[in-house]
Order: sequence, then structure tokens, then C-alpha cells
Amino acid sequence: MDFLSQIINGLGIGSIYALVALGYSMVYGIVQLINFAHGDIIMVGAYVTYVVLVVAGAPLWVAILASILFCTFAGVLIERVAYRRLLNMNAPRISLLITAIGVSIFLENLSQLLFTSSGKSMPNLFPNQLLGLGEVQISSISLINISTSVILMVLLQILVNKTKIGKAMRATSEDADAAKLMGINTNTTIAFTFGIGSALAAVGAVLYCSAYPMITPYMGGMLGLKAFVAAVLGGIGSIPGAMLGGYLIGIAESLTKAAGGSQITDAVVFGILIIILLFKPAGLLGKNVQEKV
Amino acid sequence: MSKSKKISYAITLVFVVLLYAVVALLISQGTINRYYGGIITMICINVILTVSLNLASGFLGQLVLGHAGFMSVGAYTAALFTIHSGLPVLVSFPIALLLAGLVAALFSVIIGIPALRLRGDYLAIITMGFGEIIRVLILALPFTGGARGLIGIPAVAPRKSGINANVLLFSYVFFLAVLTVYIIYSFIKSRHGRAVIAIREDEIAAEASGINTTYYKLLAFILAAFFAGIAGGLYAHHVGVLNPAKFDFNYSIEILVMVVLGGMGSITGSVISATVLTILPEALRQFSDYRMLVYSIILIIVMLFKPSGLLGQRELSIKKLVQRIFDTEKNTGKVKKEEG
Repeated sequence: MDFLSQIINGLGIGSIYALVALGYSMVYGIVQLINFAHGDIIMVGAYVTYVVLVVAGAPLWVAILASILFCTFAGVLIERVAYRRLLNMNAPRISLLITAIGVSIFLENLSQLLFTSSGKSMPNLFPNQLLGLGEVQISSISLINISTSVILMVLLQILVNKTKIGKAMRATSEDADAAKLMGINTNTTIAFTFGIGSALAAVGAVLYCSAYPMITPYMGGMLGLKAFVAAVLGGIGSIPGAMLGGYLIGIAESLTKAAGGSQITDAVVFGILIIILLFKPAGLLGKNVQEKV
Repeated sequence: MSKSKKISYAITLVFVVLLYAVVALLISQGTINRYYGGIITMICINVILTVSLNLASGFLGQLVLGHAGFMSVGAYTAALFTIHSGLPVLVSFPIALLLAGLVAALFSVIIGIPALRLRGDYLAIITMGFGEIIRVLILALPFTGGARGLIGIPAVAPRKSGINANVLLFSYVFFLAVLTVYIIYSFIKSRHGRAVIAIREDEIAAEASGINTTYYKLLAFILAAFFAGIAGGLYAHHVGVLNPAKFDFNYSIEILVMVVLGGMGSITGSVISATVLTILPEALRQFSDYRMLVYSIILIIVMLFKPSGLLGQRELSIKKLVQRIFDTEKNTGKVKKEEG
């Protein structure tokens, strides 16, 4: 059952895309910003893990915790320094986007200065074994990835739908001005969203490092783009949509690779995106909002 | 045509011709060496790219993240044509440039028709996807040279012909850059241009006023892609070797940064920022480790404090300058009369 193994492989990789896509999706949902710096947050997370784990020699759970905390802090800081002023003055969306690109270039070059452009290799983070389930071979890393992403998605759903801050997030994304009038501190809510998204990216970074144990300053670029594609594919702004999109992209990628087309995987991923957008512009699970005058 | 307009046209024309004559002379005498000549050529190519992207992103207000994709389509079209057509390069190069523009425009129609029906960031996402697909396809297709690059692109003038290829190439890029600026400027000042700007200001209101929004969005987008294709064709014959890695997402972003820094909706701003941002990385070469870091910080600061770019939507115009001179003359005249 080679096909089934490939599907599970794809789900494993897709879980990483899904976690990163959640960050894109939440930020886009709340401030309509394609946060290009999000991909580089993954890179930051990976380097923090590397520094704590390899350079400082701390145990794995400390490294993961440090990476999550640092990325959350970085996400909130980036929002505060680079975006808040523009958000509050209702600047055109395109200038927000350029700022995001600026932040992305900044992070990439900063880490290149600090760690040089040659990659660092990570030790094995999790035990990597092949588990046989009948005829299907599953790697333990895929299982860890899938279960982590599912647990985090459920937690995030509860956070968004059941808690007070979740309500504030939903209100801000629906109508920021009205939310402000209802006494919601939209600035704090937006900062919180950036923080959560970055924390998820840090988890994604740890999982990514266990699957591809090589980190470079530019690793966030393509990974971020694909995660963004996943978010759009599933319907941007929707949490289950981001997960679905991530899994689909992962599976498509692993099947293309298995079919011998590893050179054109990226083209396949973007091709799927374009086709989906042509037929369902709001994404698979997105709501089609009619624009009012 | 008003008097001040005529004067400003004349001044611009004289300035353009003088600039061309001086630079062409310096290149033919070798005072400007190959390195500086290359930078000047890249400035002109970047001007074409920036001004054309400004039409789509600044005037139409649609974010395009795959301009390098259209450029690469043009570059490979032109290069493959001059390599395989068998015509002498003096004849085939202009045809290749036209073909480059047309093929890029054709691609923009294919992408634009589905994407431009939708509102919002879809064009941004789809053009971004297109740029990546094109790059990957160039790597995978058999006739593009793949990752090794496309080699053997002829220079614009064969060595035997006695024409200085550097001067000829400069003439091409310079006059095409001027032509691009002129065409896009005229387009913006025309009825069509006003429709395009109306769409940027408020798409729903524009539609309600009877503007066929899809048609005008598509028109501006195709025009932008056409010029990007031509710029690609020029680039191919400037460097001689095409490397698909050059046309990645970062290059699209670089062009967008030029547009935004100069001012979204300012053609003169685009020309200035394309010039400055082409020279700046070369000038900062000894600090190359810190170059991109500084670059990104400048980008963020400009966006934070001047989100519409340095010039905003204003144009540096000779016409206004001329008018101002005339007005002050009139005013001083009046003052003198009153005194008398």
C-alpha cells in the first residue's frame, strides 16, 4: 500500500503547513494583511530551538518552550513596531504589505549576519522509527506531526469560539470600528492574534526541523508561501479551512514527489491554488461575503 | 495646446535628446566602461519595469506580485527567437522584443480574465502563483536550458557589422524606457486612464458610473505585462545568459519596492526610485553584508511615516515649473503696474 503511505507522509508534512497556515489565516482574518514576515517567524523559531538545544545544550522541552515564547514575543513586537501605526491610521493595504515584506527581509538578513548563510544541521529531535501497520509503513514523525496539529487546532477552535478574547477576535475581524465602540481594545486583540499565530509557527518550526533537519536563514520563504497557499486554499480566515488546506497541499506534494515530479512540486501547489480560486474564490471552507456599498 | 505645455514638452524633448547624446558619446568613446554601462542599462530596464508595474499597482490599485514572471516570459521568448530565427540579429532583435511583449501580454490575459473578475487580493495571490509556476516550468522544460541557464544569446549587433553593440543596446533601452514612460503617461492622462484611476478610488462607484471595470482592469494589467515582457527581452540581450533563479519572487518584490518607494501613482517617482535603487546597491557594495539590512529598515521607516511613498501621487512636472515662472513674471508685472 504505497499509496496510503504517501498519503500519511503528506499528512505529516501537511500538518506543518497547516500550523503555519493558521497564523496567516488568523492575521488575514483580523486585519486583511498577508503577513509575509510570518514565514520568517518559522525560521526564527528554528534558530532559537537550535541555539537553546545545541549551543546551550538544554533539554528538548526547554528548547521548544523557549522557541514558542521567543516567537510569541517576536510576533507581538513586530506588530507593535511595524504594523500598529499603519493599522490605526487606516493606511492603504498595499503599504502594510510592503512593511511586512520589509520585516521579512530584515529578519532574513539579521539571521544571516548572526548565523552566516550556510545552514546549520539539527540533531534528531524525536525518535524516528518506521511503524508497520499491516502493509502500511508510517514514520513516527508523521504521527507526531499529525497529532500535534490536530490537538492545537482543537485548542485554537475552543479559544476562538468559547473564550472572551476569542469573542473579541471574532468581533474585531467582523468590524473593527464597531468592536472598538463596544469597548473592545482592538489593539490588544490584534497583538494577541499575532502572538498566537507566531506561537503556532514556532511549533511548526520544531516539527519542520524534525522532518528536515537543516536550517538556513531563507528556509521561511518557500515554506511560508506554501503555507499561505494552504490558508487561501482552505478559505482564509477559517481555522478548519487552514488545516484542510495544509493537509491538501501536503498530500498533493507528497503524491507529486512519489510520481517522480519532485522538480515541479511547487508548480503543482500553485496550480491547485489557481484552479481552486477560479471555481471557489473564497476557498474551500471560506464564506463568500457580498460587498456592501 | 497651451503655451506652458508646449514649452514643457520642448524642454523635456531637449533634455531627453541631450541626455542620450552625452551618454551615447561617452559609451562609444569608452569613458563609461562596461561596468557603468551595465548599470545604466539596468537603470533603463528597471525604469520600464517600475513604470509599467506602477500602472497596475499604483494607478489601478491591484497588487501584482509576479511582475518578474512576465519579465521572464518576455526574456525567454526574445532570447529563443533571436537564437533560433536565423535572421540577422539587427533584424530579429526588434521583432523579438515585440514578440516578447505580446507573449507576456497573452499570459496576462490568461491570468487576468479569471482573476480580475474578483475583488480584493486575488490578483496578488494568483500573480504570485504564476511567477512561481513560470520559474519552475522554465527549470523543467527541455528548450529553456533549465537550471544551467539559457546561453548563446547573441549581442544586439554582430562584431563584424562595425556597429558598437554597447551604444546600440543603450539606444534601445534608453528610447524604449522613454517610450514606455510616454505611453503610460499619455494613457493615464486619457479617458481610459481616468477610468482606471476611478476604479482605484472606488470600484463600486466606478461601476455605478458606467465604467466597465473588468475591461479597464484587464486593459491596464495587459499593458503592464506587455512592457514587462519588453523589459525582459532587453534584459536577456543585455546579460547574454538567462538564469531562471534571477526571476524569483524576490525580484518581483524588488520591482514593487521601487514602485512603492517612488510613490504609488507617480510616474516621475517611479523613474527616480528605479534609478536610485539600481545605483544604491552598487554603491553600497563594500557594505554588502549590511546592505539588505539597511535597505529593509529604510523600507519599513518610509512605509510607517509616508505610506503613500516618497512622492505620493504627485508628479515632478516641468509644466508646473514653467507655469510658475510665467505666473511670477505676470505677478511681478502686475505689481509694477500697480506701483506705477
